[in-house]
Amino acid sequence: MNLLARRKLVNKIALTLSLSAMVFGLFWLAWILWTVFELGLSGLSLALFTEMTPPPGAETGGLLNAIVGSLILVVLATLLGTPVGILTGVYLAEYGRYHWLGKTTRFINDLLLSAPSIVIGLFVYAVVVAQTGKFSAWSGVIALALIVLPVVVRTTENMLQLIPNTLREAAFALGAPKSVVISKVTLRAARAGVLTGVLLAVARIAGETAPLLFTALSNQFWSLNLNEPMANLPVTIFKFAMSPFTNWQELAWAGVFLITMGVLVLNIIARVFLRAEKIN
Amino acid sequence: MRTTEFKSSASKRVGDKVFSGMAKSFAWLTLILLAGIVIALVYASWPSIQAFGIGFLFSDAWNPPMEDFGALIPIYGTLVTSAIALLIAVPVSFGIALFLTELSPTWLRRPLGTAIELLAAIPSIVYGMWGLLVFAPIFAQYIQPGLQSSIGHVPVIGKLFAGAPLGIGLLCAGIILAIMIIPYIASVMRDVFEVTPPMLKESAYGVGCTTWEVMRGVVLPYTKTGVIGGVMLGLGRALGETMAVTFVIGNTNFLSSASLFEPGNSITSALANEFAEADPGLHTAALMELGLILFAITLVVLVVSKLLLTRLAKGEGAKS
Repeated sequence: MNLLARRKLVNKIALTLSLSAMVFGLFWLAWILWTVFELGLSGLSLALFTEMTPPPGAETGGLLNAIVGSLILVVLATLLGTPVGILTGVYLAEYGRYHWLGKTTRFINDLLLSAPSIVIGLFVYAVVVAQTGKFSAWSGVIALALIVLPVVVRTTENMLQLIPNTLREAAFALGAPKSVVISKVTLRAARAGVLTGVLLAVARIAGETAPLLFTALSNQFWSLNLNEPMANLPVTIFKFAMSPFTNWQELAWAGVFLITMGVLVLNIIARVFLRAEKIN
Repeated sequence: MRTTEFKSSASKRVGDKVFSGMAKSFAWLTLILLAGIVIALVYASWPSIQAFGIGFLFSDAWNPPMEDFGALIPIYGTLVTSAIALLIAVPVSFGIALFLTELSPTWLRRPLGTAIELLAAIPSIVYGMWGLLVFAPIFAQYIQPGLQSSIGHVPVIGKLFAGAPLGIGLLCAGIILAIMIIPYIASVMRDVFEVTPPMLKESAYGVGCTTWEVMRGVVLPYTKTGVIGGVMLGLGRALGETMAVTFVIGNTNFLSSASLFEPGNSITSALANEFAEADPGLHTAALMELGLILFAITLVVLVVSKLLLTRLAKGEGAKS
């Protein structure tokens, strides 16, 4: 075989392997989504949204308390984490871009972005649960808010950096103070991007299980008291999936279906937003 | 058109100060948060650190009633599953990134890239449940016996594939982890491959290089720090992943052989399973120390990853 033929052969092999890697990746995505759809759809029923999680041995039951609990936890965590995240992002992009505090915060924020979520759970346990002496929904909210924070910081900063300086200069030239320039000009121009970050953060915490295991715990009963453990979808799914009861496992699949759909829809909306923003 | 009325200059200055002060204090909050995590974990694990000292890292005991704890088995499980995950995920991610940057028709790039990124968006509990109830039975029935009858006979390496094919175990956890981290590594690799100046690539194509030669001879050397950074980022994810591993690793603190088919335990699965029910004394402290070890390992990995990625970005700035 001459050199050219060999080079072409090597190239062909490499490119075939590359194609099969792509197929390999898509294969798992398709398989997992297929399972979630197949088993999740069959578990959907009206009872899922009207009945409480069943005790062991019960024939029927739903996920009402877990669904409501998850919504409460996610909404409160987002409300708590987002403003702090946006202001930190503002600091990084508008005030401390070249300051040592800005650089260090940016670095540490990136670490927190990828830090194991279970460690956040341990931290909140040590600081909140161990001090108050009981598991509570509030501690779960705090843990989830700490996961929202770095995601929002990152996207807010990135989006603000895309805003051209001429826009800021024009506003300054009109005599606007910096806080007004930021809140009425740059943040407003970047709002679609910032919103994307919030959506991605919500998608991230919607399925978070590990930090809730030691904080909000779970609750078999209906409870809206934030000082008590609160039922939530991820921990309920964890408990039910590991159980030997088939009706618990069916409920777990239905719960997984709800979470996966929610997360995928949020991701797709976020992408559409972001693309619209980039085209403008 | 809407006009914004600015207040008098005195209150303007006050408002400005309050705003910038708030932004600055929240930036401090991030720093305090990291320090707080470290301090809280050290404080909470102090009884265990005092009781076992450095020996904690090398002891394979895990006996809550006797209050004798060691981290060897969970650390082993965490490192082995992450290593398996990297071994599978790195070549696959490289292939995917190569496909997305060089091979794919332009109109397919965005949908395929999105599909791979969606793999990262699926919550880990979904991977875990799917792994336990769908993948593990198939793995035990077809793939494990297949591995045993092929690689199982090779000396030394064969030992890794000995034992009963149970499905769940270290190998299964490693494979699920690999699927989970592929999208992270692949998207970093794709992004760094895209920063290679087109001029360099086109010159190589111009002198007659094949796609593979351009990749190996031009793109990879140019982006290698970024590629390693991406791999480290994936490693960081794999080390700290909890739910997917907890479902399929088997959760036992005894290891009887070197086989990867053995069920085991990782730091995260030990925490997920035991923490909420642990006794407040030494047991909780020992679990906290496991968390501290995990946090320390992932921080080191993530810092290295971040430094490598920034170095690539800086080199990029200097050259353009």
